[in-house]
Amino acid sequence: MAHASESTVGAPAILREVKPAVLPRAILVEHGRSFSWITDKISGIIEGKTPGWWWVCFILACFVASFTVGGITYLVATGVGVWGHANPVNWAWDIVNFVFWIGIGHAGTLISAILCLLRQKWRTSINRAAEAMTIFAVVCAAIFPVFHVGRIWYAWYLFPIPNSNVIWQNFRSPLEWDVFAVSTYGTVSVLFWYVGLIPDLAVLRDRFYAAGNKLRSFLYGLFAMGWRGSNRHWSNYEMAYLILAGVSTPLVLSVHTIVSFDFAVSLLPGWHTTIFPPYFVAGAIFSGFGMVLTLMLPLRAVYGLQDLITQYHIDCMCKITLATGTIVGYAYGMEFFIAWYGANPYEGFAFINRAFGHYAWAYWIMISCNVITPQFFWFRKVRENTTLVWVLSIFVNVGMWFERFVIIVTSLARDFLPSSWGYYSPSIVEIFTFFGTFGVFSVLFLLFIRFLPIMPMAELKAVTPQADVHGGHHGDHKTGLGDPASVEQGGPQP
Amino acid sequence: MSDRPAKSYGIIATFQTAPQLYHAAEQVRDAGYRHWDCITPFPVHGLDRAMGLRRSIVPRISLAGGITGFITGMTLIWWTGAWDYPLIVGGKPYFSPMFAFPVSYELTILFTAFATIIGMFVLNGLPMHYHPVLKYEHIRRGMDDTFFIVIEARDPRFNAANTRALLEKAGGTAIAELEA
Repeated sequence: MAHASESTVGAPAILREVKPAVLPRAILVEHGRSFSWITDKISGIIEGKTPGWWWVCFILACFVASFTVGGITYLVATGVGVWGHANPVNWAWDIVNFVFWIGIGHAGTLISAILCLLRQKWRTSINRAAEAMTIFAVVCAAIFPVFHVGRIWYAWYLFPIPNSNVIWQNFRSPLEWDVFAVSTYGTVSVLFWYVGLIPDLAVLRDRFYAAGNKLRSFLYGLFAMGWRGSNRHWSNYEMAYLILAGVSTPLVLSVHTIVSFDFAVSLLPGWHTTIFPPYFVAGAIFSGFGMVLTLMLPLRAVYGLQDLITQYHIDCMCKITLATGTIVGYAYGMEFFIAWYGANPYEGFAFINRAFGHYAWAYWIMISCNVITPQFFWFRKVRENTTLVWVLSIFVNVGMWFERFVIIVTSLARDFLPSSWGYYSPSIVEIFTFFGTFGVFSVLFLLFIRFLPIMPMAELKAVTPQADVHGGHHGDHKTGLGDPASVEQGGPQP
Repeated sequence: MSDRPAKSYGIIATFQTAPQLYHAAEQVRDAGYRHWDCITPFPVHGLDRAMGLRRSIVPRISLAGGITGFITGMTLIWWTGAWDYPLIVGGKPYFSPMFAFPVSYELTILFTAFATIIGMFVLNGLPMHYHPVLKYEHIRRGMDDTFFIVIEARDPRFNAANTRALLEKAGGTAIAELEA
């Protein structure tokens, strides 16, 4: 400490003259909304009557989800042979969809954890829904490897539980690492989400109690753990939240790294590359932000959340999509460069075959959706057109599914010996199972927006101008945060 | 129910804005109270210092959890692969910290997360579905848009009249007594 103060005293006089530029801060909650407006707005979504569109969507989602239920029931009843896997492609649809869904989940953790550590306050309005998306995406992802084991009732062999064969799991295999990575990811995501929900559940507990709905008050109260907004609790809570963000950050990076190890640790041309971990992580975040936009833009329109999910939020999300999409595009190019520069004929063939072989159609869908689509986000006019942003986000989702398909299927279908080459097409059971997961995801997401607060009320209140206790004292630091008079808005508002 | 509660838990005062609460908390802290609390709808930045709270010890519990997780992972893989049933797979060693690392890394994170959350609940004394503060009729506003300071009767400096005067001077309104 002594050194620090000495250096301040001994600093050149000029430093005291320097006035850092005051950058205007983006307004995260528009129209100077009060605390109670936020509470009423978010709680109102849950307290109000179930809207008609919700029932329509829910029934439709249940219908779509029944395809997964039907597909896996038929698989379990008949055998894993009902999927289109055959030599040399013994691993395609399930792992493509597994990686696709896990990747979507990663944007939720990026928003909730990495942006929290980077103090990107704009995350507050979208993090709850994005974390929910993560959890539901992990649920959809887990369906595929679990049912690909064939005898689902032996799925517990994946975990180190003593079994009658007395043999343990092979911890040298990236697939076993994946078991731990994905189950940890799912568990920690649920814990992180739940911790974030506790203060908001307490709000709902009290509101339902005041409204006379004892049953719902009891249920929300049970999970609110008796939260009472004590600052001694907030102190530990905030620290716990920060640590969870701190551990979720290396977690999300490690999960997709380990997923990429499933391929990179093998010796197959097109898979055996060191670029996979960073390339997969960037791709996961890219696809996840695509899905966040796909989900949040309709939600914003339907519930009139324009004051909470502002144009600034959409801009930020579009820019991250653009940045990660460009990283993915760079990785595609670098793969080709290394295939040529490595001078390995098998590696070189694998990439020429991807772009011009039997699966060229899939490759060019991938390139146009993943590399070209996000480039539109350079333009403000595009980012401000929410319909167009939504359509582009769908293209991102499609492109990232094809990326996994291209990587996995082309390498397996054309490996070292031409005599063992093949062509993979999914069976109808596989298509149904995958199609149905969108229903599973939608059912879960619709239940979430009906019964849980879709935005973290406490966190939103904390980023409003009137939450700043020093608002009136040194207002010169607060340019762009609204006029100092807004500090007085903390009280009850109509 | 009698007019006067048999036993008093403490006194609660209402504050309409975050800055008012912040400055009142500084005054209560400076008056030397120890058993008191602020009720806020969101974590108020800087209030910990205004209350004189020390840094949360949750990180120590998290660290202990993380170390346990890492050791669990390494021990599990060594014990199953190199001790209980050594099996040669792909000509690779029975145990190496290299291939044991990814799983140990994930378990480090898993155990840290559980330790953090359990630690937070234990330190906060939650779950506690009943608390005298929750009986206060306006406490619902404390989850919504209003701020409260509660000073407990068990505090050695607590004196019904003086404490009430302090809260009044600090700008508190609707000062009321809480039933234990």
